[in-house]
Amino acid sequence: MSDLGPLVPRRRDMHPVPFDPDYKTSVTRSPRWPLLSMESTPSEETGPRFGHSLIGPLDNNLILNWSKDGTPAIGERILMHGRVMDEFGRPVPHTLVEIWQANAGGRYRHVKDTYFAPLDPNFGGCGRALTDEQGRYQFLTIRPGAYPWPNRANDWRPMHIHISVFGHSFGQRLITQMYFEGDPLIDRCPIAATIKERSQLDRLVAPLDMAMSRPLDFLAYKFDIVLRGRRQTMFENKLEGM
Amino acid sequence: MVQSLDTLVETASQTGGPYVHIGCIPTFAGLGAVYPEDLGLRAIEDGAKGEIITITGEVIDGTGWAFRDALLESWQADASGKFAGQEGADPLVNGFARFAADKETGLWTLRTVKPGKVKTRDGRLQAPHISLWIAARGINISLHTRIYFEDEDNSEDPLLNRIEQRNRVPTLMAKKTGAGEYRFDIHLQGASETVFLDI
Ligand SMILES: [Fe+2]
Repeated sequence: MSDLGPLVPRRRDMHPVPFDPDYKTSVTRSPRWPLLSMESTPSEETGPRFGHSLIGPLDNNLILNWSKDGTPAIGERILMHGRVMDEFGRPVPHTLVEIWQANAGGRYRHVKDTYFAPLDPNFGGCGRALTDEQGRYQFLTIRPGAYPWPNRANDWRPMHIHISVFGHSFGQRLITQMYFEGDPLIDRCPIAATIKERSQLDRLVAPLDMAMSRPLDFLAYKFDIVLRGRRQTMFENKLEGM
Repeated sequence: MVQSLDTLVETASQTGGPYVHIGCIPTFAGLGAVYPEDLGLRAIEDGAKGEIITITGEVIDGTGWAFRDALLESWQADASGKFAGQEGADPLVNGFARFAADKETGLWTLRTVKPGKVKTRDGRLQAPHISLWIAARGINISLHTRIYFEDEDNSEDPLLNRIEQRNRVPTLMAKKTGAGEYRFDIHLQGASETVFLDI
């Protein structure tokens, strides 16, 4: 195993603020005291790897992976695709991407979700995929509906898909959300608004990608993901034995 | 004008939300039929070398409430200080585990092996520790911290020694409660706020 160098420090100003009164739950769940900063160690520079044997044939197909008899999930059929790369533009191959989402009516398959919109018997709402050699991934799914949530008196989540990515080191671990081009609820959402740097929020909005859409079948949305990079200079403290 | 940098900026984090379990541990969330089993169910397999330990704790918000929707992940070395995938690492130590606060009690449990010492990049030995990552509704960027052990020699640990307020060091110490049993509570706020890491 060769030493790829320390992780590039996180730019916290490019991330959401932990404490935001408009997102009420963050008020009691955000640390008040400064984080302790330190250069990464092998504990953060290594991480779990997952093999292709983990992934079932329908794991990245949310239209069919909950269906008992092959009946597709209800909703607008979409391909969600993109690349996972690092801050230096290098692809992140063979990394696990997991997604979860509401159904077309805006309802999650979860005991705590009691929204009026009905469950779709053929839609579970989760999927996973490993990126390929170039860091690419694809999911076939349905476009999730917007939904109301208890926060301020009348808050609605824009259409979104939750995404979890591992990368190759524990310090790269990332959870984020993909929004959809043109959704007027994005600018009204207190969770989206926890990101104060507008260009960073814009990067969570997936554009419609007609080139990748399949005629008479599905539309496509592209969502690229950038994880922390590893700094390689000639002047680093190299890890012993690597 | 200057030359332009061609580096990219990391994608912004967002909260995992209240239904993070659907995506990460769907069987736990009641979606049993999607995958054969949830990812990261076991940090170790039977026969892993070293001292087998169980760590239990709560994740506590600023009001003192142990909330029920936290998702945690751990990553650690084996008993000899090697990570899964490295040469000579114990093949029975996965090193990675994913677990959740209990829906009724808020308690989480991690069964694993006590890790060995791992060096920093400049060759200093770190005391045995488990890296911990916490995601939940209301946490906009997931939290990193570490579990150290009160019954180990932690005096030379480079990270612990960076903590200026020495009264905060115990927030990173798993307390021994019995043979092979430890307690580690995570406080998001308050006088005993856990030291969280930017690392
Ligand atoms: Fe959501």
